[in-house]
Amino acid sequence: MNFDFTEEQNMLRDSVARFVQDNYTFDTRQQIAASDTAMSEQNWQTFAELGWLSIPFAEEHGGFDGDAVDIVLMMEQLGKGLVLEPYLATVVLFGGLLSQGGNAQQQSTIIPTIIDGSCQGAFAYAERQSRFELADVKTLAKPSPEGFVLTGEKVVVINGANAAQFIVSARSSGDQADETGISLFLLPADAKGLMITRYRMMDGQLVANLVLQDVTVSGSALVGELDAGYALMESVILQANVALAAEAVGIMQELNTKTLEYSKTREQFGVAIGSFQALQHRMVDTFMAYEQVKSLLYRAVCAMTDETRDAAIAVHALKVLLDKNSKLVFGEAIQIHGGMGLTDELDIGHFAKRLMMINTTFGDGDFHQSRFNALRYS
Amino acid sequence: MDTSFTAEENAFAEEVRAFFAQAYDDDLRARLESSNPTIFRAAVIEWQKRLHAQGWIATGWPKEYGGTGWNDTQSFIYETERAAAGVRDVIPFGLKMVGPVIYAFGTDEQKERFLPKILESDEWWCQGYSEPGSGSDLASLKTRADIDGDDYIINGAKIWTSYAQHADWIFCLVRTNSDGKKQQGITFLLIDMASPGIKVNPIVSIDGHHSLNEVEFNNVRVPMANRIGEQDKGWTYAKALLAHERTGIAGVADSKRGLTQLRELAANEVNAGRTLLSDPLFQKRLSDIEIELMALEFTELRVLASVAVGGAPGAESSMLKIKGTEIQQAIQQLTMDVAGYYQGMLPNDMSAEQLGHDFGSQARQAFMYGRAATVYGGSNEIQKNIMAKAVLGL
Repeated sequence: MNFDFTEEQNMLRDSVARFVQDNYTFDTRQQIAASDTAMSEQNWQTFAELGWLSIPFAEEHGGFDGDAVDIVLMMEQLGKGLVLEPYLATVVLFGGLLSQGGNAQQQSTIIPTIIDGSCQGAFAYAERQSRFELADVKTLAKPSPEGFVLTGEKVVVINGANAAQFIVSARSSGDQADETGISLFLLPADAKGLMITRYRMMDGQLVANLVLQDVTVSGSALVGELDAGYALMESVILQANVALAAEAVGIMQELNTKTLEYSKTREQFGVAIGSFQALQHRMVDTFMAYEQVKSLLYRAVCAMTDETRDAAIAVHALKVLLDKNSKLVFGEAIQIHGGMGLTDELDIGHFAKRLMMINTTFGDGDFHQSRFNALRYS
Repeated sequence: MDTSFTAEENAFAEEVRAFFAQAYDDDLRARLESSNPTIFRAAVIEWQKRLHAQGWIATGWPKEYGGTGWNDTQSFIYETERAAAGVRDVIPFGLKMVGPVIYAFGTDEQKERFLPKILESDEWWCQGYSEPGSGSDLASLKTRADIDGDDYIINGAKIWTSYAQHADWIFCLVRTNSDGKKQQGITFLLIDMASPGIKVNPIVSIDGHHSLNEVEFNNVRVPMANRIGEQDKGWTYAKALLAHERTGIAGVADSKRGLTQLRELAANEVNAGRTLLSDPLFQKRLSDIEIELMALEFTELRVLASVAVGGAPGAESSMLKIKGTEIQQAIQQLTMDVAGYYQGMLPNDMSAEQLGHDFGSQARQAFMYGRAATVYGGSNEIQKNIMAKAVLGL
């Protein structure tokens, strides 16, 4: 039993940490967020050059054959810098769906372009009415002579504004909330009949809503088996939840560190405010809140890499505690920073906003607790 | 990163399970739950002697002193299996508290005199730390030891002394010097409970039981040969003792069993036509606890892993204590709520069992006595002070 990382994993973590430290000051980050694409193409090329975009992919496609531990180490460091480049959307989600469900042709043509940084991707799964329910899909996929015709609407597509390629979930059979009858399709951003509406979110992300009006795709655009897209989505989103939680753990650590530093320098009544027991105990609470989430992150990673354990239960538990504890951590960070914590100029509030968006991505705490309860108590 | 067990470790777990299944039989189990103090004491000694015969009585001790010499993973496995089987832990005062102090800091004569009898459970120990005027501020203790020839003369009182009524010996922190810092001038003494001048006054706790006591010392004569280490240095030895108990401080294994039992109870309690376990509000409360416990289990493993490669357990054990006791109390609270009004049934009146409901009284006793967990061993607020200083550098 050990929690050690391999030499390669330590090097990966250190190299991401160095990148964030050298290239991602808060000012730089805010400039990137305000830019037209809300990401830096130059940084993305750096990610490609450093091999980060190749991590989870198979060697035969030029990948690094990494596992959940590698992704976690990477995302934790990216979180500390509030990094905006679409690693999760392109590599973990879009790339993950292709790796696990794509046909040989899709894999051999697209995965190398993810790895070299020339193709950004996005996964369009959410709909207006679906909230966090992956199976609630109204977008229709009707068979046609060319393959399929897609009609419907997708919302809050992460990296939807910059993606060159989309994977879209659509209903090919069954009723609106059925798990069976969902199929996934690959389509380019310039597909005829696809309308993309770009907008910004509070955490600096540029996302998009998609309207699909009789978008025709060929049969070979299918990712995975017909009608069997749900299991594929579920499996990739399980991994994405762990990656997101790792990003959140990085953010929580950063918030705790910054708050602690502030409490040691900010003076009131002639002493550092960190000398007050009322604040000390709150910072101990946020330290423990962070440690407990980190423990569940490790637990989930171990479950993902060990087939004998139930990964779904571990990941639901992780997202439940992350939701609860991250709210405590950012709440206390703002409170202890006092008036400064309320300013847009300070990074604290921006870390908070990213945590809030992470919590709503792929289901909030209540959603995951219901799932956890259903698996454990019935 | 790898948290799976080796084949060897799995075989060890199997061995532990098999031993408990055979040695911790139903008859013994019943006597260990007896409210009759004589039956209880005899049963504890009988069980501990069986454990000793197996060689597993002193799990944290080095081999040379009769311990198992297990590493942290083995101790973790043992602890997990023990709790899962519902086997009660050994009485800690000799085996987990004073024993390690004696083998680490005692003289050869003290080791020979005391350690075998602790291992054999032939002598029962209790702990004399807290005083009526010294709780969380332990170092302010005032029980005095004055030198008289080759003896100390002890005057003062200790309080919250668990099982003093059963004990043959008490290990005490006493004041030998009042100059300088209060942590200096404290001496660690081993005192025979049969010494003239010792009086044990029972304290009935809110669970309705008598396990706590006040121990008075009126001119009690203690040979200097019963002093651990140097005079005035007792605080150092006491602190080493606190750091000793790493595995198990979080009580993860016992809490897991508590949760399993709670689930079983809730699956049998019916409310408005459905079981409590199927009630979403109940499920939420249950999973709030279970998820914290899943996290704590890995927090403990992480602490053990860092200790194994040379890290100090120090302040992290404060976190294990805080989270562990919060979880224990949350389980006790929810078990009380499952019991409903049967939580009020008193054991000596019409019993809950006679009334068709058999866990209310147990739930209440566990809940009421369980309040102690966030108070003893340095209250949870003291643990937060320790962490603020040691972990956060405040």
